[in-house]
Formats: sequence, C-alpha cells, structure tokens
Amino acid sequence: MKVLRFILKKEFRQIFRDKTILAMMLVMPTVQLIILPLAMNFDVKNVNVAVVDNDHSTLSQQLINKVGASGYFRIITASPSFHEALGYIEREQADVVLEIPPGFERNLVREGAQHVGVSIDAINGTKAALGGSYLLNVIADYNQHIRLNERGKYVPGKGVNIDITYSNWYNPLAEYRFYVVPAVMVLLLTLIAGFLSALNIVREKEMGTIEQINVTPIKKWQFILGKLIPFWVVGLVVFTLALMVARVVYGIWPVGSFALLYLFAAVYLVAMLGFGLLVSTYTDNQLQAMFVAFFFVMIFMLMSGLFTAVDSMPRWAQGIAALTPVTHFVKVVRMIVLKGSGFADVQKELLYLVVFAIVLNSWAIWNYRKTS
Amino acid sequence: MSDKVIICEALTKQFGDFVAVNHISFDVGKGEIFGFLGANGAGKTTAMRILCGLSYPSSGKATVAGFDVYKQQESIKKNIGYMSQKFSLYENLTVLENIEFFGGVYGLSSAEIRRRSDRLVNKLGLTQEAKKLVGALPLGWKQKLAFSVAIFHDPQIVFLDEPTGGVDPITRRQFWDMIYEAAAAGITVFVTTHYMDEAEYCNRITVMVDGKVEALDTPGHLKAKFGVGSMDEVFYQLARGAKRSAD
Repeated sequence: MKVLRFILKKEFRQIFRDKTILAMMLVMPTVQLIILPLAMNFDVKNVNVAVVDNDHSTLSQQLINKVGASGYFRIITASPSFHEALGYIEREQADVVLEIPPGFERNLVREGAQHVGVSIDAINGTKAALGGSYLLNVIADYNQHIRLNERGKYVPGKGVNIDITYSNWYNPLAEYRFYVVPAVMVLLLTLIAGFLSALNIVREKEMGTIEQINVTPIKKWQFILGKLIPFWVVGLVVFTLALMVARVVYGIWPVGSFALLYLFAAVYLVAMLGFGLLVSTYTDNQLQAMFVAFFFVMIFMLMSGLFTAVDSMPRWAQGIAALTPVTHFVKVVRMIVLKGSGFADVQKELLYLVVFAIVLNSWAIWNYRKTS
Repeated sequence: MSDKVIICEALTKQFGDFVAVNHISFDVGKGEIFGFLGANGAGKTTAMRILCGLSYPSSGKATVAGFDVYKQQESIKKNIGYMSQKFSLYENLTVLENIEFFGGVYGLSSAEIRRRSDRLVNKLGLTQEAKKLVGALPLGWKQKLAFSVAIFHDPQIVFLDEPTGGVDPITRRQFWDMIYEAAAAGITVFVTTHYMDEAEYCNRITVMVDGKVEALDTPGHLKAKFGVGSMDEVFYQLARGAKRSAD
C-alpha cells in the first residue's frame, strides 16, 4: 500500500506537469459538448425543393404555397420542365423535385383525383426518407383541405381515415440534442480513458523508464493501479464538467439519480482504462498504441448506438455491439439522464460493465511482463 | 570465496537461430568491481538483462544474490540496483521527486528517503538543482544522479550498463570515484564499458566476443598473458576475430 502511494504521487505529479493534458481536460468537454450536438443534428430541415408547375392554376399555386409555408422546405426554383429541375438535383442544389402535371386543377375538380410526381435525391438516405415523407404529409394535408373547400364540409375519403395523435415521452419535442448530449458525454469518457492510459504506459516504454520500473520489486498490480487511478480521477472530473456544460448550455439535467450515474461512470472508466492498459501491453510505441486504440474505439463508437439505434442493426451487428462496453454505458446514460431509470432498470447493464472491467484489467495485468 | 553473489553456469540466451549469449560461465565475489567488456553486439546487455531478472535465459544456470534467474526474479530485484544504457530517470520530475519515487518503490519510508536524499543531494553538489527537472541537467550530472538512485536503497549488487557513454573525462573520473566508494561500502559492482582505461579500474574483467566469454582475469594478468602493455591491446587481440559486425 505504501509503495502504491509513492507510485500515485509520481503519476499525479506527471499529469499536473503536462500542461497540454491539463488544458485538454478542460477544453475537451466544453468544446465537444458545445459543438458536437449542434452538428450531429438528425432533424431534417431545409429540404430544397425544385417545383415544376405544368398547370399554372390556382390550386397548383395553393399547393406550392403550402409546401413553402410548412417550414421544412425551401423552394429554390420553379422550373419550366422536369428535365431542367432534375438538373438541380444533379448539381446538388435541390433534394426533391415536385412535379405538378398539366390539367391538375381540372382533374381535381372534375374527377376528384390527380397524381403529382415527387422525385427524391436518395444519396443521404435519412434526409431523403424523412424529407419525402414530410412532403407527402403536406400533400395529404392539402388533399383534405381541398375536399373541405370543394364540398363545404368534411367528407372522409374512400378508405377509413385513421387520425393519429401521439406524444413523445422523455423528450417531448423530439429534439435531437437530448439524444446526442448524453452520447457526447460517453464519447468524452471513452476518449480520455481509452487513449490517455494506453499512451501513458507506451510512453514509458519509449522513454526507457519502464525498464527501470521493471527492474524494481514493484508488483504488477501496483504498477497498473498506479496508472489506472489517476486517469480514473481525471475521467470523473471531466464527467462532472460535462454534466455542468450540459446543464448550462442545453438545460439538460439528469432526471435520475446522480449516485447511480456516477456509479456507472466509475465502473465504465475502469473498464475503458483497462482497455487502454491492455492496448499498451501489446504495443511498443505511441504510434502503434494510437493506431490500435483508434481502431477499436472507432468500432466501439459506431457500433455502440451513440449515433444510430442498435435495435435497427442486423442481428450479427447487435451481437458485436453487445461486446463493447460503450454500448451498455450509452444505453444507461440515456436511461438515467432522460428517463430517470432506477437501479432495478439498469442492473443488468452494470453487471456487463463490471465484467468488462474485470476481464480487461486482469488481461492487462496478465499480459504485462516484467520479465520477457 | 564463499561470498559469491553472482554465479553463472553455461548461461545461454537464444533469439530464434541467433545465440546472443553462448554458454557463459563466471562468478562474481562480494564487493568486487567486475568489468564486462565486449564489442557492440557481443551480448553484454543481454547477459546483464538476464541477471537483472528482465529477461528469461534459454538454458544454463545462474543465481544472483542467491536467487534463481528462472523463478525468483522478483527476489533478485529487491537486492539489486540497475542503471540502463539509456537514461531512465523521469525527465519531467525533479531530482528530489525521482529520488523519492525510486526510494519509495524499494520500500524505504518517507523519513528515511528524506534523510538520505538530503545527504545525497549535498554529496552530488546538486543542492541548487534539487528542485529542477531532471531533463534540464547536463548529461554528466544525469549519469551521476542515475547511479546514485540505483544504489539509493543499498542493494547488494549494482548493474551498470555503459554508465559513462558520452560523458566527459573529468566526470568519468568522478563517476569511478563513486563506484569505488560504493564497492568500499560492500556493494558489488557489475559494469559494462567500452573504455579500456575504465577496464583497468576493475578488480577482474571478462571479455565477451560473439556471445562467448573469451577471457576472464584481473587486468594485470590479462596484459601479462597477452604480452601487451595496455587493456586496449588485449581487447583488440580478442575482439578482432569477432564475426558479428558492430552495430
């Protein structure tokens, strides 16, 4: 225990002497939390529409106005022909072409039915799908109003109309920042724990100081704990900062228990630090460590449900997702912060994280060789 | 010669087909200054790393301070000091912080560390620099400090791997004064070097060529045996037959 105290003293001194790391500890949570949630916005807005009005009638004008007034669309041009409008899509100036055929008004009035053409640029799948369905909604809505106007009273269409009323739970306005801010907090802890610990030990290898350590009677667990504890403390400080930024900038304050949130952050940090230590035992220099850590952290991030829903992944991918500690932590942070889930709801996730922490750290200690 | 602190018998280390250390046998007595000579790539560092418990031997037997190099490395480590070829104190810690850390790691108490480090800093004339970062010290001072840290916990044996590389002649002389002082205090010194004038300071020396021990005796006997006037000549006669190219 006494030896560990000397090791910790040395590690903390080195961390506090490294001004870059200290600055990053402050800058990373603030800048990432301020910038990323704004950028990682999956709400689809500003869909650019090119309109081809072949009818030039009152009703077609009404439809165009309605689309323009919906708030989601920007009508960027009224083209004389579909061919020309398609050019806007090709030049990426428009996302959607809305084509109103000749005789639109006449057919609507006379026959009560008329097709309109909607062509969507589907390179960005999400934007295309959401933008397309918004547009269809607007047109459907317009459809209803025509009936009202024409006949003076509301007559249901041929089929039965099911009017859906819905409410968003836990995130009433379905704002993307509520989804992203907890994710960025997870991202922060992952980066700090995964990279700093890996680079730190490998740096000792590069400097040759690890050899001086290996020739002392230090126990392996003392050395590993000596590396783990300082970054664990750093991680918790950064997490606290991140919570404060989330509160000040986004007004997001955990609904659930703080103790539970910190318990998870603490265990998660141990797991990710174990990962970093493990990487460092398999690599010889900082470049290798960075590359290997980056490879895994990248997969962890993209598979974990930070940005996309794990439930929509194929089965095999869900299997891989379950094998990264990030997945479980992201899930829990969202549950606690947004839903206020209690211990009973998240105990399975805690178990997962504890297992990750034990496995990764034991593996790191086992693979760290004082004698080669 | 009952106080043998290092005993090596047919010690061998092989990396694939390459035999870095080839059946070397020797022993080192307590309080002796034992010089380990050889061209670059002769296998000196590899042999030393085995004796320090940093590397497993492939075959042969060796004990250091009475402990086996296969199984009792951690016990060996409690009883030795080691100064590697590459400077390996923490450059971003101060002189005192380095001393405190390594003293603490060897289990000295804080009070003991404080007492000894005051004395050490005075002796080295580093009072002004005690609170400066080690990285800012000149090389000669760094080496003297590294040696002092290596024997700070009073080990039985200290292993020095080319401790005076790149150091000026005056500092080298001071360094050897420190080695003599340590030996006088009962610490066995196992030192590798390229400087043949330093070889003359040793009680006994071995010359390694291509992983084998080619000669082992006092500097005086070796010179007589080869009929030459200096260790330089002895070394040249032994090492010119080396197959391994210098690195």
